[in-house]
Amino acid sequence: MEIVQLLLFLILFPLITAVFMLLVGKDTERNWIVKLSALGIGAVLVYLLITGFDKGTLYFAIGSEPIGLVMFAIELAIAVFILYMGIRYKNYLVVSLIVLQTIVMIAFEAMFAGGVDVQYNLFVDQFSIIMALIIGIIGSLICVYALGYMKQFHEHHHSCSDRRNQFFFILFVFIAAMFGLVFSNNIIWVYFFWEITTLCSFLLIGYTKTDEAIANAFTALWMNLLGGVAFAVAILYLATLGGGMMGLDQLLASGKVIALIPAALIGFAGLTKAAQLPFSSWLVGAMVAPTPVSALLHSSTMVKAGVYIIVRLAPIFQGTFSGYALALVGATTFLLASGIAISQSNAKRVLAYSTIANLGLVVACAGIGTYEAIWAAVLLIIFHAISKSLLFMAVGTAEHHISSRDIENMHGLIRRMPRVAAMMVIGIAGMFLAPFGMLISKWVAIRAFIDAPFGFIFVIILAFGSAITVFFWAKWMGKIISVTPDCENIEGKVDRSEWIALVTVAGLSIITCFIFPLISTFLVEPFLLRNYGQAAQLGQYNIIIMIMMLVLLVVLPLSVLLPHKRHKHVMPYMGGRQTTPDMHFSGSLGIQRQMELSNYYLENIFGEKKLRPLGIYLCTAIIAIMLAGAFATGVFL
Amino acid sequence: MISIVWAIVFILLAPVAGGLVAGIDRRITARMQGRYGPPILQPFYDVGKLFEKEHIVVNETQIFYVICYFIFMVFTGALFFSGADLLLTIFALTLAQIFLVLGAYATYSPYSHIGAERELIQIMAYEPMVILAAVGMFVVTKSFNVSDIAASSVPIVLLIPGIFLGFLYVLTIKLRKSPFDISTSHHAHQEIVKGITTEFSGPSLGLIEVAHWYETIFLLGFVYLFFGFNPIIAIIAVAIVYLLEILIDNTNARVKWQVAMKSSWAIAAIVGVLNLGVLYYLGV
Amino acid sequence: MAYLKKSPWIIHYDASSCNGCDIEILASLTPMYDVERFGIINTGNPKHADIFVVTGSVNEQNREIILNIYNQMPNPKAIVAVGICATSAGVFRECYNVAGGIDKLIPVDVYVPGCAARPESIIDGIVTALGILEEKRKTLNTAPEGAAAAEPALVVQEPAGGAQ
Repeated sequence: MEIVQLLLFLILFPLITAVFMLLVGKDTERNWIVKLSALGIGAVLVYLLITGFDKGTLYFAIGSEPIGLVMFAIELAIAVFILYMGIRYKNYLVVSLIVLQTIVMIAFEAMFAGGVDVQYNLFVDQFSIIMALIIGIIGSLICVYALGYMKQFHEHHHSCSDRRNQFFFILFVFIAAMFGLVFSNNIIWVYFFWEITTLCSFLLIGYTKTDEAIANAFTALWMNLLGGVAFAVAILYLATLGGGMMGLDQLLASGKVIALIPAALIGFAGLTKAAQLPFSSWLVGAMVAPTPVSALLHSSTMVKAGVYIIVRLAPIFQGTFSGYALALVGATTFLLASGIAISQSNAKRVLAYSTIANLGLVVACAGIGTYEAIWAAVLLIIFHAISKSLLFMAVGTAEHHISSRDIENMHGLIRRMPRVAAMMVIGIAGMFLAPFGMLISKWVAIRAFIDAPFGFIFVIILAFGSAITVFFWAKWMGKIISVTPDCENIEGKVDRSEWIALVTVAGLSIITCFIFPLISTFLVEPFLLRNYGQAAQLGQYNIIIMIMMLVLLVVLPLSVLLPHKRHKHVMPYMGGRQTTPDMHFSGSLGIQRQMELSNYYLENIFGEKKLRPLGIYLCTAIIAIMLAGAFATGVFL
Repeated sequence: MISIVWAIVFILLAPVAGGLVAGIDRRITARMQGRYGPPILQPFYDVGKLFEKEHIVVNETQIFYVICYFIFMVFTGALFFSGADLLLTIFALTLAQIFLVLGAYATYSPYSHIGAERELIQIMAYEPMVILAAVGMFVVTKSFNVSDIAASSVPIVLLIPGIFLGFLYVLTIKLRKSPFDISTSHHAHQEIVKGITTEFSGPSLGLIEVAHWYETIFLLGFVYLFFGFNPIIAIIAVAIVYLLEILIDNTNARVKWQVAMKSSWAIAAIVGVLNLGVLYYLGV
Repeated sequence: MAYLKKSPWIIHYDASSCNGCDIEILASLTPMYDVERFGIINTGNPKHADIFVVTGSVNEQNREIILNIYNQMPNPKAIVAVGICATSAGVFRECYNVAGGIDKLIPVDVYVPGCAARPESIIDGIVTALGILEEKRKTLNTAPEGAAAAEPALVVQEPAGGAQ
């Protein structure tokens, strides 16, 4: 099979699955189709990887005119639908934004579309392959996970109508759109797929149709539409003042100054999609959606589209004032979002803020734009997608069994749900401990920042943010592994499809750490070489040391299987007080009390109320400066 | 250049050296307090006794975490002395500490729990400064490898004096000395009983003590790096720094964790920006 | 090697003592007497301690606490009862509210009479306990598993005042 056929398959096959999802009648039918689709997508991806990794960047010309018209028609339909929803729910911000966006697009389509000539609509390079692997493998696994999860979800939430057909339909449409996004060279096509992901996100957040869900769905919608407007304006600019360039390849080859204004606008769209400050509240609010939505859209895939496009445009930003401003937005978001994560006890909110923070780090790397920084950015994308999706799935599974997503209720999870707790621990370790992926990426980022001009500011921000992440991850981990007296094992009823997904992603997270040198050598470095003329790599000794640490970390836990003599057990020290095995002790005045341990949340230092307004003001100002800088550069030069 | 020989020397000799340093520490502390103090070999007697005691646990998992803490602490020091990447060494150190914290959490005991939370706050307090120290060394020697930094003829401490002072500030935290011994402390300074080490007894406690010796030698090695351009001055400097730490320990009372964290961060931010900024401006 | 003799860590508990003996114990730690010379450290944690230094004549509230602390100390351990109240309840022997000395609850190894016991006596008592510790360590290592001195039973009582 030719590579272009593989790309088309990946974009169109999930659509076919989506249509089937609308038609299924029984759960077993759905299970089969989803699992088979997952296998199909996975197989094609592996084939793409094997045949495509050493081919460099390939461009494909696919007929433009009819597809362009179909896309425009679909965009209009989406706009009408959003307009209808905005009016129906009286959200006039959304109404005005969609009207504005549609006007811009109609203006473009009517006046300039004829003049635009893009030679290649599709392309693939190593970065696209990496993104596709993430979308396809993790995306498919999350869809498999959703089979078990949504079944239990509807058993627990009788008030929510069972529209699983629609749910899975939207999931697969979304996956198709993501594939389209990362394989598109034509910016209008990118925009088209971008808007589809916005729509999917809106529909999925509002799935439960509670007041809160609907409100949060609209928040997500208007923030993403704001980005969409910027994107549309960028397209209009390119069609008029930009000489009709509409391909990413043309944009990147054009020399920085011409491309800076549209890049800044599209970068702004990326910031909204990636929920950077000041647009973070939509992602945090999106946590009301069922967990597969959070895992797929709001951690590993859709928000990655935002940073993906910024990383694509990074060569344009490199060394410019706007690039530094963009990087500063990312760095500030990284620092403040990590801080807020300390004060959250709702597990999904912690994960949401951590996602925002890590995306901020990717944006910071992309804004700096040196080859080392981009190397760090790509690694961050890979490892974050894996670990975060694992964590979301584990939290979702645990939530159904302990009926809570509050970390304070997860004490002793290692006793109550041992294997799910182990998955969670692997996920958390993957987020902040050496030698796992995220830490390696942060290490690479430190090195990248040092070498960049003015990088020391970013290094300092990264050092502080990194220290903060240690705190909130470790205290969560501590909660999970504490061996508490109440130890009824409630794990037995975990659904099989959830297990498949959890174990596979956990295995992936460990394996990618082992094969990360291979990923770097065969995928990331060629990409860097082509686009930046240089490639970076970790020293050979460092890799050996990291492998040693990994081996230790994998082997040491197996030691619990070794026979060892049982030691004498006593109660924890309670000041000598008489304490029952389930930690009731006789307190003062002879009153029996239950010992309770809770984590520190440091509200008055890291509370959302303190840090979020600060972040909103700071980042709004920096974004304004970034856009102003881009316009000034573009206009005067 | 990775030197396996140095790593093995470290693994074998660091407990001896660390124990002697701990013993000298207690002796000098006692003299400062107008007492005689224990014999210099006392830490070895302590650890020897601990390994002879019965091993009482709250649950079996805590032993696993302590062993991992020990292994990775030795690994960290061995990495450092073999000349490997300084940042990787710092991350390995964090990994080791997290194991100790997990061991405390695993016991589900109130004093351990508070000790563990405070230990995490401590880690959060000193980590930025330590990373910035490594970054500072890279900026002036153009290498992250300990072997290159130690062999460099660049007068590191003169180029990053602010960072050096900041590092000394957080060194007090790492050595578990007043005023920053908030999660656990040496011997008599209880507050939350023994904090993070409350529920460990006998051989586990002995392991923690020996791991702390390894850590001390590693930290003194880090201080050495600032003066690496002249080994004799470096050794004297390390001695003076340690004496200074003992003096600070004896003349200060424990502070609240808020003070520890905020002051460490303020210092790290200020010296980081100033020192690195100046270096950048000078085109180093 | 006889490490126990060189590094005895103590835990001190006041079982309704008048604090006189406790102050003398504290005095032993001061530079005047400096028991750290002998490697003695006052840990507040039974799991870290070798010698249990108890004062006072034991009232109802202290019973469970003494037993809990004793049971949480790892073997080998020695008990030193400081002061005449700990030894035999002293002047309070006939009182209704005291048990009458530490040895009514747990096996005591060394008695240090006095009211209040002088620091010199206390130090002498602890040093005597060191020899006993050594003996216990030898029997601990040679005795078969489970033949250690029977632990005083920890009676799990109904919570006073009912569960709150």
